[in-house]
Amino acid sequence: MTVDADHRQSPLLELRDLKMHFPIRRGAFRRIVGHIKAVDGVSLSVNRGETLGIVGESGCGKSTLARTILRVYHPTGGEISYTGRSGAPIDLATLSGPALKEIHRDIRVVFQDPQSSLNPRLRVIDIIGEVLKVNGIATGSELEDRVAELMRSVGLRPEFMHRYPHAFSGGERQRVSIARALAPEPRLVIADEAVSALDVSVQAQTINLLQDLQERFGLTYLFVAHDLSVVRHISDSVAVMYMGRVVEKAPTDAIFASPRHPYTEALLSAVPTPDPRLRRRGRRIHLAGEVADPANPPSGCPFHPRCRYATGICKSDVPPLRSIATSDHSVACHLADNLKLNPFDEYAFAELH
Amino acid sequence: MTDQTVATAIPQPRAAKNKTASAGQWRLIWWRFCQHRVALASGVVILLVYLVAAFAEFLAPTSEQAYDPRFTYAPPQQIRFAGYDADGTFHPLYVNGYSAKIDPIALNRTYVTDPSVIIPVGFFVRGEPYRFWGLFETDRRFIGPLEQGQPFYLFGADRLGRDVLSRTIHGTRISMSVGLVGVTISLILGIFLGGISGLYGGWVDDVIQRGIELLKSIPTIPLWMGLAAAVPISTDPVTVYLWITIILSLIGWTDMARVVRGRFLSLKTEDFVIAAQLDGCSKMRIIWRHMVPSFMSHIIASVTLAIPTMILAETALSFLGIGLRPPVVSWGVLLQEAQNILAVSSAPWLFLPGLAVIITVLALNFLGDGIRDAADPYEY
Repeated sequence: MTVDADHRQSPLLELRDLKMHFPIRRGAFRRIVGHIKAVDGVSLSVNRGETLGIVGESGCGKSTLARTILRVYHPTGGEISYTGRSGAPIDLATLSGPALKEIHRDIRVVFQDPQSSLNPRLRVIDIIGEVLKVNGIATGSELEDRVAELMRSVGLRPEFMHRYPHAFSGGERQRVSIARALAPEPRLVIADEAVSALDVSVQAQTINLLQDLQERFGLTYLFVAHDLSVVRHISDSVAVMYMGRVVEKAPTDAIFASPRHPYTEALLSAVPTPDPRLRRRGRRIHLAGEVADPANPPSGCPFHPRCRYATGICKSDVPPLRSIATSDHSVACHLADNLKLNPFDEYAFAELH
Repeated sequence: MTDQTVATAIPQPRAAKNKTASAGQWRLIWWRFCQHRVALASGVVILLVYLVAAFAEFLAPTSEQAYDPRFTYAPPQQIRFAGYDADGTFHPLYVNGYSAKIDPIALNRTYVTDPSVIIPVGFFVRGEPYRFWGLFETDRRFIGPLEQGQPFYLFGADRLGRDVLSRTIHGTRISMSVGLVGVTISLILGIFLGGISGLYGGWVDDVIQRGIELLKSIPTIPLWMGLAAAVPISTDPVTVYLWITIILSLIGWTDMARVVRGRFLSLKTEDFVIAAQLDGCSKMRIIWRHMVPSFMSHIIASVTLAIPTMILAETALSFLGIGLRPPVVSWGVLLQEAQNILAVSSAPWLFLPGLAVIITVLALNFLGDGIRDAADPYEY
């Protein structure tokens, strides 16, 4: 990493008790009958130049979290503290109008599916250049030069800038999407399942590209994914989400070597291991049942109906997120101190030999 | 890693795809539309019909009101090629004249074509003078008898000896423009109200949607009859025409509004629209640059499919006698005159305007289907 050490320790983005609740409306008068707590009290921070991976199964609120930070949604509560270019913290949660538009040049997003995130009716130059044009950063030939430069930096041939997205393959389209994100020289890039829709081989290329770009432009990533092996490759630290809450967060190595939450353990056991010698037959943990209905969450720990270690306290009390072992490893589990959980396969293998 | 190495490491689109690679949405739609032969042929038919509507005075052998009491209910003549008249003069194009027969019992005259009488026919002949598009006076007509005043009834004659072909051609103008004007009004209403409904949602959406349902729940014919009856009988034909189109589009906009609303609703949550929002685009720019192009082709398809409904509605209203009234000539007005047993039994050619309706409506439907199929060229 080219970013120097002092900078690395300062958080670029800090979420404090962020909440995003969607009202459920029913009937002719659209009465609010309940709330879906998609994001329910998330506190996280990302240091400058680092990558925070956010994992969890479908419907756990990780994409909503990304969109709330981007202020596609208006958060129900909490704070999104972003350290601006001047060094002063800005609360994105209450920002609106021109100030928010300004921030949107700093914080950019790469969507999951380039098929739907690139307008098929616009040429690549218009897609990448839109943000430059709208914000008055570049026009005319200057815009063309800038787009060409961006295309080169993501590994696309600039001659193709007048083509439409349909002329590109899935991986190339995702590169267009990345170029669009980089266009206004952002500081924070939120990758919302950015590689999930791609082939495994293309996934690897794209992740390498993202890492190269991070190094070159000193970017900070918030990397949302459901694939732990991808997250492990790119992230400095990982936060595991379940039903709108962070259940465990730790540096990547720590979380893979010694998971402290039963849900993390189950997720790790589900990661396919390419090396057959490392495979442990029958050790995969199958979680019983489905993710609970977010409109009607279970009492106590939201994970307890599916947890194989659950006891009485899990049914009644919501476990707080607390530090365990080291200061940067926190977990939301009543039993974390007493459980001996299985690490990721490679670590288990290393232990045996 | 340098830029060059990255660039060469990535397989780039093949050269063979060059043509489609930089083709915009309309070109892709056109290519796909061209593969739909029936729709393409229908498009040509519709183009011809509109040309007929535009050049009605020139194409029709007579004006719509010209009558000749000598030839009431004369049957259609057939155009014949290369013949000699009694003097032995050669005529490349001619029709046969009529001879009258008097029925000894009913004492009414019936006409039969008489092969011995030859009426020479030509193109760009002199006929009744008319003002072309109100711009200049001329008397040239596309086709007609060389000698003015000779009977020339390719589609037969009606009860006043008026040429059904000429009247059908003049009726094209009214009937086709009722479709266009009506659809334009419903398009404006539909895009406006449907757009508001889809964009804002909430109670605005509720009010508009319930309003549409209310309008749609009223049976159309009684509603039209009631509204048409409200148009004062003394108003001049042009005003009646305007009122009728407005009445027709009052129902027509509801479908358009639903299409537009549905498109807005589905596009609003598309990632590329959110991306445009995050790019800092204003609401207007998002709507016009990012959303509207995505459903414009669908709108054109719905418009094409809505025109025949309008034409049929006008025809139905006029046929019932509550739409346009003579002296205005439309296909519906013409068909109203065919609304008696005499027409069915002895002058079936009075139904020929109905053929024009059928051909036009079918062609518009095929065209609309073709456009709808081609409207979304991005199904990878």
